[in-house]
Amino acid sequence: MENTKAPMIQTVNVCKNFGSLEVLKNVSLTVEQGEVVCIIGPSGSGKSTYLRSLNHLEKITSGKIYIEGTLLDDREHGVNKVKLPKEEKNQLLLKMGMVFQRFHLFPHKTVLDNVTIAPINVKKIPKSQAEQIARDLIKRVGLSEKVDVYPSKLSGGQQQRVAIARALAMQPEIMLFDEPTSALDPELVGEVLAVMKQLAKDGMTMFVVTHEMSFAREVADKVVFMYEGEVAEIGTPTEIFDNPKHEKLKQFLNKID
Amino acid sequence: MSEFWQAISVNFDKIVNWIPVLLKSTGTTLLLTLCSVSAGLVVSVFLALGKMSKLKILSKLCSAYIFFFRGTPLLMQLFVVYYGLPYMGITIDSKFFAAFLAYAMNSSAYLAEIIRAAIQSIDKGQLEAAKSLGMSYPMAMRLIIIPQSIRRLIPPIGNEFIMIVKDTALVSSIALVELSGKTKDIMIASSSPLVFVPALAIYLLITGVFTFILNRLEKRFSVYE
Repeated sequence: MENTKAPMIQTVNVCKNFGSLEVLKNVSLTVEQGEVVCIIGPSGSGKSTYLRSLNHLEKITSGKIYIEGTLLDDREHGVNKVKLPKEEKNQLLLKMGMVFQRFHLFPHKTVLDNVTIAPINVKKIPKSQAEQIARDLIKRVGLSEKVDVYPSKLSGGQQQRVAIARALAMQPEIMLFDEPTSALDPELVGEVLAVMKQLAKDGMTMFVVTHEMSFAREVADKVVFMYEGEVAEIGTPTEIFDNPKHEKLKQFLNKID
Repeated sequence: MSEFWQAISVNFDKIVNWIPVLLKSTGTTLLLTLCSVSAGLVVSVFLALGKMSKLKILSKLCSAYIFFFRGTPLLMQLFVVYYGLPYMGITIDSKFFAAFLAYAMNSSAYLAEIIRAAIQSIDKGQLEAAKSLGMSYPMAMRLIIIPQSIRRLIPPIGNEFIMIVKDTALVSSIALVELSGKTKDIMIASSSPLVFVPALAIYLLITGVFTFILNRLEKRFSVYE
C-alpha cells in the first residue's frame, strides 16, 4: 500500500474519433484517491464517452489511461501499446465500478441475485458469503425489504439504488456514475443522490457525470466542465459555479438555472 | 354440408377402425419431429453464436450453412441425404435416420436465425453492465443474455415445431411411412376421402397439445416481467 498516493485515475491526452467526428480531444484529467469529481457540460460534449472509455466500454483512439499509477492504455490509432496479461488487465478494470443512466439491472434475477451474481461467478466468492455481503449492501441503500423481488417491481429510484449496490459488491476502489439520475422521475432523484452522498461521505472515490448541479456543488471536490470534447474548465465547485470564466460555461449555467 | 355429416354417420365404424392404424403411423411423425427439432436446437445455438462471432471464417461458415438450408427445399435436402450421399460413399440404411438428418439440419438453420434474433434483441446495456462487473463475453452470454432470450425464443420455436410436424409428410417420398402417407394409402384402398377426418384431427391434437405446453413454458419464463 506504499503507492496509495498515486492518483486513482489519470488520463493523458485521451482522444476518441467516430470516423471523422472528434468526440474527445486531448482530455487530461486526474482523480485523486478519495476525491469526488463531477463532470458537467451540455449533451454531446463527450462526458459519457469519456467516462465509458475508462473501463473499456468505449475504445479510445489515442492517449494514456493510468489506474492507480499503473498504465492500462497507451493507444495510438486505436491500438493499445500496453500488453498487460489478461488477468492483470481484468484486475485493473475491476477497480472501477459503474452505474448507468438506465440502471441495466438483470431483469431475470431478483435483487439479491443481481448483487451476488458477479461476486459469485467472477470473484468466485462462496455463495453464502456473497449473500451476506449483498444483504449488507442492499440494507445500506435502504432496500432490505426488496431482496427477493424482481427489478420490474421496483421504481426507477429503487432500481438505481440496487444498481449501486450491485457495483459496490465487487468492492471497487472508484465508482463511475454515468448520469445516474437522468432517467428518473424528478421525485425519485433525491433518494439516489442521498445514497451517493453517503457513499462520498464514507470516503469512496467517485467520478460522476451529472446534470444535478446542486449535487456537484455540495459533494464534489472538483468540477470539470466539458465542451465539444474538450475540458474547458476545471475548478472547485465555488470557482465553477460562482465565478465561471469560460464563456460557454457561463452560457451553460445560465441555461440550466 | 348435410351430406358430409351423413357420410360420417354411415361410415362411423370404418372411421373408428382407421384410428388405431393412423395412430401407429403417427408415432413416426412424432418421433421424427421431436428428434429433429431437439437435435436442431442444440446445433442451432452453436450456429447462432458462430454467426455472431468476431472470427470471420467461423461467421462466414455458419452463414453459408444457414443460407444453404434455408435457401433450398426441404424435399431436395431429404433426397440429397437419402439418394445423394451414397454416391459420396456414405450410405444411410435407415430411412428414419436419413430423414432425421435432413430435418435436423434444416431446422437447425431456421432455429439459428431465431436464436440470433432473440439474442440481438436483448438491450445492449445488459452486456455492458455484465462487462462492467468483470464478466467475460462467454460468461455474460451464459448468465445474462441467453437466459433472457429464452422467453422470446419460445413462440418462434413453437412455429418451427409446428412446421416440422406438418413437413414430416414429405418423408413418404423416400417411402418412410408416417401419418400423411398412411392417410393417402387408406384413401386409395377405401376409395373414400373420409379418412382425412381422423387424420386431420390427429394433426390438430398434436399441435394443440404442443401449443398448450409452450404457452405454459412461456408463462413460466415470464415470472420476472
